[in-house]
Amino acid sequence: MKSESLRGYSLLSPTLLAMVLGLAMPLVVLITLSFWIQDYLDFIRTFSLKNYTDFFQKPIYIKILFKSIRMSGLVTIATVLLAYPMAYFIAFRVKHNKLVWLILITVPFWTSYLLRVFAWKIMLGYNGVINSGLLSLGILSEPLEFLLYNPTSVVITLAHAWAAFAILPIYVSLEKIDRSLLEASRDLGENVFMTFMRVTLPLSLPGVIAASLLVFIPTVGDYVTPALVGGPRGIMIGNIIQSMFGKALNWPLGAAISVMSMITVTLMVCLFIWGTHNFRKRVA
Amino acid sequence: MKNSPSFFKPDGLLVYAVLYLTFIYLPVLFLPLFSFNDSTYITFPLKDFTLKWYDKMINSPDMHEALFNSIKVGLTVAILSTILGLLAAKAVTRYRLRGRGPLVSFIMIPLVIPEIILAISLLILISQAEIPLSLWTVGFSHLLLCIPFSMLILISRMEGFDRSLEEAAMDLGENAWMTFWRVTFPIVLPGIVASLLLTFTISFDEFVLAFFLSSTDPTLPIYIWSSLRFPTKIPAILALGASIFIISFFVVSFSEWVRRRGVKLEPTSRI
Repeated sequence: MKSESLRGYSLLSPTLLAMVLGLAMPLVVLITLSFWIQDYLDFIRTFSLKNYTDFFQKPIYIKILFKSIRMSGLVTIATVLLAYPMAYFIAFRVKHNKLVWLILITVPFWTSYLLRVFAWKIMLGYNGVINSGLLSLGILSEPLEFLLYNPTSVVITLAHAWAAFAILPIYVSLEKIDRSLLEASRDLGENVFMTFMRVTLPLSLPGVIAASLLVFIPTVGDYVTPALVGGPRGIMIGNIIQSMFGKALNWPLGAAISVMSMITVTLMVCLFIWGTHNFRKRVA
Repeated sequence: MKNSPSFFKPDGLLVYAVLYLTFIYLPVLFLPLFSFNDSTYITFPLKDFTLKWYDKMINSPDMHEALFNSIKVGLTVAILSTILGLLAAKAVTRYRLRGRGPLVSFIMIPLVIPEIILAISLLILISQAEIPLSLWTVGFSHLLLCIPFSMLILISRMEGFDRSLEEAAMDLGENAWMTFWRVTFPIVLPGIVASLLLTFTISFDEFVLAFFLSSTDPTLPIYIWSSLRFPTKIPAILALGASIFIISFFVVSFSEWVRRRGVKLEPTSRI
């Protein structure tokens, strides 16, 4: 029995080793660096809280962090709300060829992520599809400027880019629901709407939670979308972190901002899971 | 389903489904459209039909180099990630391990951490250890990102089949290696193919990690990123995007064909 579990651990060890080297160690180094200070091209390697006091005293960092969280929150809500009816349609209304519908949904996401984001620049830009299309149709006399380079264009682009990540988990959880439960609810006199609210929605909640996390966590740190379609008003915390490791050359401050972002995102996620857990209890 | 009020429902949802598909397809379809347009500027009205951007794409050595770099990294990452994922999936599905839950959660962390944070912490470690940046550092970072996906796919495949098949093979005198080769491997094969395809795709399309961890050798997303700043280079990039899309269409069709064969095997594997 002992050699049995030893064999199990030895099968697991190469993966664990890669994860310790590439995940645990870098995170420890990141936290260590956040307590150092940048000194031109080198670091002052003594413990200091300067980066954290900078983070809390200059309002810009906290402001942009919360703006990023608000934008990602909006993206998450929009993506999940838009995806839910689609997933519901495939799970309950499509009788044959469900797979065709699922493939149909994933096809647009085979294009490179960068190009998918860039596609929105083509759509919304000053000389973009919407403006040049409306101009040549004679609906507009001059191009609309407010379409691109603002937080809204970032939210739209992200909601589009992450759509598949929301549909698939919700679809899986809807598909798993035992259809006889729905029939039972109808037989016991609930109408379609109440059956949805009291049976379908609570049972699909795990999929909604998974979808929300799959969209929320990566979009908070996204750097590409705000850089391409956000403009100065649409920047997010990922762009600040990137600039600390690029032009601004202040790695320790960048590390501190990353640590604070990670803590904030983790807290938000815990709050969200706790909230949905309570909601589920109340419904049940 | 048969009572009349619900007749109205499917229609509403169907209309929504069509609108939704329009929303996710429309922006993406403009990319191939403008790759055939005889103008550097991406704007309406369309000019003449042209294939010159495809010609430019074929005659662009920089782009080819970036493409081959991405394929090299993608293949290496896909193979290593699938091997590690297979070993780890076997460990957690076939052996009773203490601390299995926390260990698996630890391996899954890259799924729930913003990529930029993974990227900069690796960059700090690598620069502190004075390891030069190269395609290897990019590949290593992609491996971390891909292992959780490989492992999830392979765990679900390994949990799906009956362990007594392996025991039967052992009882009938096969050794552990031949049991794996002749029983486990064929049944897990669709999972292995799925894992190879998914991890290759993730690595091939990954930008943020490659952006921080590559040096002078660009991967394809890095090349695309740097080209997006130059309007004259954009149409050829759109042609490239359209070509990759067509190729992935065939790859996905092929994997679907493999998957269906896997599904057909399933009834016999349950006996």
